Amino acid sequence: MNNINWRIISNHIILLIGVVFMSLPVWVAFSTSTHSAETILREGLQFWPGTDFLKTYKEVMFEEAGVMKSVLGITMLKNSMILGIGFAVGKVIISMLAAYAIVYFRFRLATPLFWIIFLTLLLPLEVRIIPSYEIVAGLGLLDTNFGLIVPLIASATGTFYFRQFFKSVPEELLEAARLDGATPWRFFIDILIPLSKTMIAAILIIMFVVGWNQYLWPLIMTTKEENYTLVIGIKQIYQILSEGGELPQYQKAFALTIMATLPPVLVVLFFQNWFVKGLVESEK
Amino acid sequence: MSTVKLNSIKKTYPNGAIAVRGVDMVIENSEFIVFVGPSGCGKSTMLRMIAGLETITDGEIEIDSKVINNISPADRDVAMVFQNYALYPHMTVRGNMAYGLKNRGIPKAEIDKKVIDAAKMLRIEDYLDRQPNQLSGGQRQRVAMGRAIVREPKVFLFDEPLSNLDAKLRVQMRIEIKRLQRRMGVTSIYVTHDQTEAMTLADRLAVINDGRIEQMGAPIELYNNPATLFVASFIGAPQINLIPVQFKNNKLISGDIELSGFKDLPENTELVLGIRPDVITPNKNGQLEIKVDLVEQHGADNLIYGALSGAAKADIDDTEICFKTAQGTLPDIDSVLKLHFDQKTAMIFNKESGERLI
Amino acid sequence: MKRVQFEHSSIPYLFIAPQIVIIAVFFLWPAGQAVHQSFLLEDAFGLSSQFVWFKNYTDTIGDASWLQAAWFTAVFSALVTFLSLGIALLLAVKANEVIRGARAYRTTLMWAYAIAPPVAGLMGNLMFHPLIGDLYKFLNAIGWDFNHKLDSFDAGFVVVLIAVWKQVSVNFIFFLSGLQGISKAVNEAALMDCKSPTRRFWTITFPLLAPTTFFLMVINITYAFFETFGIIDTTTGGAPGGSTNTLVYKVFQDGFRGADLGGSSAQSVVLMVIVLVLTVIQFRFIERKVHY
Repeated sequence: MNNINWRIISNHIILLIGVVFMSLPVWVAFSTSTHSAETILREGLQFWPGTDFLKTYKEVMFEEAGVMKSVLGITMLKNSMILGIGFAVGKVIISMLAAYAIVYFRFRLATPLFWIIFLTLLLPLEVRIIPSYEIVAGLGLLDTNFGLIVPLIASATGTFYFRQFFKSVPEELLEAARLDGATPWRFFIDILIPLSKTMIAAILIIMFVVGWNQYLWPLIMTTKEENYTLVIGIKQIYQILSEGGELPQYQKAFALTIMATLPPVLVVLFFQNWFVKGLVESEK
Repeated sequence: MSTVKLNSIKKTYPNGAIAVRGVDMVIENSEFIVFVGPSGCGKSTMLRMIAGLETITDGEIEIDSKVINNISPADRDVAMVFQNYALYPHMTVRGNMAYGLKNRGIPKAEIDKKVIDAAKMLRIEDYLDRQPNQLSGGQRQRVAMGRAIVREPKVFLFDEPLSNLDAKLRVQMRIEIKRLQRRMGVTSIYVTHDQTEAMTLADRLAVINDGRIEQMGAPIELYNNPATLFVASFIGAPQINLIPVQFKNNKLISGDIELSGFKDLPENTELVLGIRPDVITPNKNGQLEIKVDLVEQHGADNLIYGALSGAAKADIDDTEICFKTAQGTLPDIDSVLKLHFDQKTAMIFNKESGERLI
Repeated sequence: MKRVQFEHSSIPYLFIAPQIVIIAVFFLWPAGQAVHQSFLLEDAFGLSSQFVWFKNYTDTIGDASWLQAAWFTAVFSALVTFLSLGIALLLAVKANEVIRGARAYRTTLMWAYAIAPPVAGLMGNLMFHPLIGDLYKFLNAIGWDFNHKLDSFDAGFVVVLIAVWKQVSVNFIFFLSGLQGISKAVNEAALMDCKSPTRRFWTITFPLLAPTTFFLMVINITYAFFETFGIIDTTTGGAPGGSTNTLVYKVFQDGFRGADLGGSSAQSVVLMVIVLVLTVIQFRFIERKVHY
């Protein structure tokens, strides 16, 4: 019995160390963001929250020149939302349609098209970033939501999630539906979409997080400050840290970090079960 | 009210596997036909070809004298009950039953009426607004049948519909399916690997082996008069006793056993003697002798198993003999029994071809 | 694929068209461009270009800085994959064992998944800030002459640490669900056959997790290659002296900062080939061994 208790205790100790390792940096970032620039410079990072929470976050989110020269934090938040939601919705629609064609139809170009889609999984945007930029620029799509979101959808992760899921749907459902006189379109609308509800929700969540967290593409795509997302704002944060002659505004850097982190974290925590289910489904 | 006709239908899969090797069959109006055979024999493929879920490589299928080879499954006017029910999990029972009618553009009021009627017939009218995952296995089975019934199709197709149910429910549903089919008089084709189900349900039975029909006929006809070794061994539980024999000097010979009273059989040929367990009785003057090694008490009767003494050691080390006795007659294990069987009921097959000789 | 499918001539093309069009315009075209440009040499003003065969390839691949980046990428990927998988597996095994607080542990260990790599990078950067960073001060206080701005080992330490921190959550989620997917009966049978929990883990649990581990290796190597871009860009920026350049980061640096389109494209193409080869190797040799 003694032995077992020991094991339980050591399990908890290891897990607690893990929790501290994973959570402490974010907690410290939050606490530090609620102190004044002077305190931080004098005492370093802070473990306990301070009193400047409202002041700092108000400046960062709502005041001109709070972080950037012209763009408000709240505008960046809006841009991030557009990117996250637009990316998630676009991806779900496009990849569901494609996966439906691949799994449920027999057609001549099925195999080559499947391999083209598969290829996008292997070669992420990063390796073809410069020509992608040139093409989008050539099409006059810089600084547009369309140019920001659509090229990101080119990668086929979502298609593969749905392909896996559709393959797990019992075959007899399609057979029964065919005997029931369902056309391909009706089967998609009446049977497949309702069946995929949980999966759709899960992929929306995952893709929202992925979209929100995009960095390199928005970074080179947006040339005007008003189009910055929060994650891109991070890149510009070094400016705040070295505003000539003044006190480095560390608390604002931390506050912006927290603002960039909060929405996706909340979404993941709130929809935890769906999210985990959807993520794990991709493995099969 | 329809007839179904299969004209030498064949099925070859793209990978070259041959599932059906040319089957001819006429299914009469209101008939209940059962396809029975071991797994992989092609029986399900045939059913699915009739449903339109598999393409037909060669031959023709007719329903009411109309060739349906190139008609879509939905337009063949057949309904199918699937092994795992294939209920639409996100729809209510009502939605499941109504879906096929809706797609055919039938007015809502009429759909409602048909659904209610079918639900009453199957006694599931209390569950109409539940979803499939709130139902028991037996209830799901009824919904799957209900979905077929409301369509009022020309032909019912059943693909091992009872194999996911427990033993008791299976018997109950079997009886219900038979009653329902009688009452509605719809031509039905039923696929199973379970010979008891096949025997009890069928008006006529088609025993299928390796993509061919071995024999077709009324269940009792197949039991009493199997045309091949395969049919004899597949139909009947407990299984028919099979003893490897040769014919010489008007005698059947297997090792030390010699049975006289047979004639007109080929000599120097491997033969198989088949004896149904229910024609064997213990008798001091019997032709066979066994050493009892297992007794199963089934309640009303007992099954006695034992090794046949003196038989030729052909393929099997001990030729096992099984026979039935009434309740109460219980031989001891390891005791030696003499058994008698009426030689008029014995069947003799050519071992190689499986053909029945007597 | 399904045994039964719809047979329609035009409908599947309609369904698949949006995806294919997007891929053609924003994937195939740029990838083709990259290949094309990799054979061209532009003059200093970008006004004219000249076809130079494999000159860009030999120039970049032969270049010491590219080799350095390749070496760093290999070491970095191996470390990040190994460490984040190891930590995550340990935590997942423990989280699967405990009964009290299992859900709370799961939540607090997985939520970092949602943090963007550059955000993690910035956070780490501030933790290691020479003026306010506690970690910076701590490491120096224990006698490590730590300076990631100047010392390439220290800089590598910082990016590996942040990259591992960011990746533990994903691995944890997959390992935990893999562990929960092992049937209870198998665990109970093992419990009767083998007394030592450690031995049980390595002989039963770990082999059964092999498919998950394989999948995660692929994911983690991809992550280390590509997604760590944001971490490097917000912490070291490749400094000091290009010692923390990954191959991807170098493509970006040479192309955007250095405006060497031909060289950068050649690097892109080489990177594509490396990734393709890695994928083939992974599927050929590793996956075969982990399938039951």
